[in-house]
Amino acid sequence: MDRVPILKIGDILLVSIQVDMSDQTAVALQEDLAERIVATGCHGVIIDITALDIVDSFVGRMLSTIASISRVLDAETVVVGMRPAVAITLVELGLSLNGIRTALNVERGMELVAAGRGYDDYDEFDDGPDPAPTASP
Amino acid sequence: MTLSADQSGRLSYLLTSRGEQITQRWTEVVAGQLRGRLSRAELVRQVQELHRALVDALGKGGGDLAAEEAAELRAVLAELSQGQARQGFSATETATGVFALKDALLGVLETDQTSETLRDYVAFSALVDQMGLFTFESYVRTRESLIADQAEQLLELSTPVVKLWEGVVAVPLVGTLDSARAQVVMERLLQTLVDTGSPYAIIDITGVPAVDTQVAQHILKTVVAARLMGADCIISGIRPQIAQTIVALGIEFGDIATKASLADALRHVLRLSGVEASRRQPRREA
Amino acid sequence: MTSGVDLSRPQQQTVGSDEDVVRVRQMVRTVAVAARLSLVDQTKVVTAASELARNTLVYGGGGTVEVTAVDNGRKPGIRIVFADSGPGIADVDLALTDGYTTGGGLGLGLSGARRLVDEFDILTAPGQGTRVTITKWSR
Ligand SMILES: Nc1ncnc2c1ncn2[C@@H]1O[C@H](COP(=O)(O)OP(=O)(O)OP(=O)(O)O)[C@@H](O)[C@H]1O
Ligand SMILES: [Mg+2]
Repeated sequence: MDRVPILKIGDILLVSIQVDMSDQTAVALQEDLAERIVATGCHGVIIDITALDIVDSFVGRMLSTIASISRVLDAETVVVGMRPAVAITLVELGLSLNGIRTALNVERGMELVAAGRGYDDYDEFDDGPDPAPTASP
Repeated sequence: MTLSADQSGRLSYLLTSRGEQITQRWTEVVAGQLRGRLSRAELVRQVQELHRALVDALGKGGGDLAAEEAAELRAVLAELSQGQARQGFSATETATGVFALKDALLGVLETDQTSETLRDYVAFSALVDQMGLFTFESYVRTRESLIADQAEQLLELSTPVVKLWEGVVAVPLVGTLDSARAQVVMERLLQTLVDTGSPYAIIDITGVPAVDTQVAQHILKTVVAARLMGADCIISGIRPQIAQTIVALGIEFGDIATKASLADALRHVLRLSGVEASRRQPRREA
Repeated sequence: MTSGVDLSRPQQQTVGSDEDVVRVRQMVRTVAVAARLSLVDQTKVVTAASELARNTLVYGGGGTVEVTAVDNGRKPGIRIVFADSGPGIADVDLALTDGYTTGGGLGLGLSGARRLVDEFDILTAPGQGTRVTITKWSR
């Protein structure tokens, strides 16, 4: 079974999915990530799916689960690089990826993580609208 | 329509024994029709290939164009008509290339007319008619797909997706939006977001006279797809009638931002990205 | 995929593990490309196949997938049959409802796959296994 590598860059864990994952590989990634978040104390996770040519309900569910787990572990997850054809298909499939933050590319994802952290610290002083796009139906 | 085994045999014999005369006459008739738009050599090649395929089919007992034995013949006919459709020949010209065989057959039959030859001629004609119709049909099919391809190219030309500002792309939709066009436009919009790395898109529908449920759904799905990709869409220029249609159709635009004009939309986006930019600054010194 | 595969013939894949589901996806992609489906349509049919192959594996206890390039005289397309001899589905309408799941999934596999293709056909009965046939035409 393939394992998806997890890179640590500063305060962020970067996961770049390069293979057509089997369900087992997806589940293993979910577990590995939870461990790495705790072990490194990172506060941001970026999952780069630029190379994925499909996202089905299994992978979609895995992404949601990773986002929820990292939130519990005080880390912010951003999924980046979803291809247009994949997004169109997900909409038709009916998968909304609720609660997952998304960005066009890794760079934007990093900005989003940084902005999210910066603004968490000042939460009580800030009641403006949240400009960061989140995926919701 | 089907030739009897005897008839197949006789036609096959005729085509072989008088082959030279038949292909020559056949070529002449077609050449007269096309008036030099196909080179003589090419025409001769086509006629000989058809002749060979027909003799072949008859030899195997294929007295009917739909028969399994005539598969090769059908392939030759289809290829011929596809080629002519692409080269801009008319449907009639293409079919004539086949019908001319009748003329050629009549020429070799005339010399010894009995009632049997007449019956044969009627049967042979029927087979040639089948071949002609088949040619006609594959011609039409090729033309249809050529036209569809061209329509698609036009579609792409007529829907520009422009980068309006750093991080903002816009697609000004003009004219009637049918479902196919809406789909093409939306796919291109999403691709442009990726190519330019723009997190904002403005879909301006000022120039759209009407929308139906399907088109509204396409726009809606695009907005959701863009969000999944990490971009936000703003819809601008919704006319009063379209707003009424949208409400009457019961389509939920939900939390999608809408603005009166493209300018308003751009202002809105710049304010949002400005807020985002200021948030990105370290705020401790503020 | 090995090169030189004759795509005009049906291709078979047994589904007995989740690696086989990956193979089904790749097989479907190859045939969808050959059938000249647009990128979006390829993505839709591969996604539908992934959902249905996983159902074959998880609920049907394994089975087979057959992928065929088809032509209706006007346009090419791809047809895929997912067959298992598992427990079958008692209430198909219910199983095709968004969100219905007996396996702790999202319940979007069957209903979503149906939305992603042009033709969707399901043949099943309790104890008789399940056979889902989908077709997607090039536009
Ligand atoms: N091949 C099959 N054999 C038996 N039952 C099936 C089969 N396929 C689907 N089902 C039943 O239909 C239900 C709905 O299937 P569907 O694929 O829509 O959702 P799911 O697999 O439960 O979740 P998801 O696919 O969203 O992860 C399943 O929970 C299962 O009970
Ligand atoms: Mg399923």
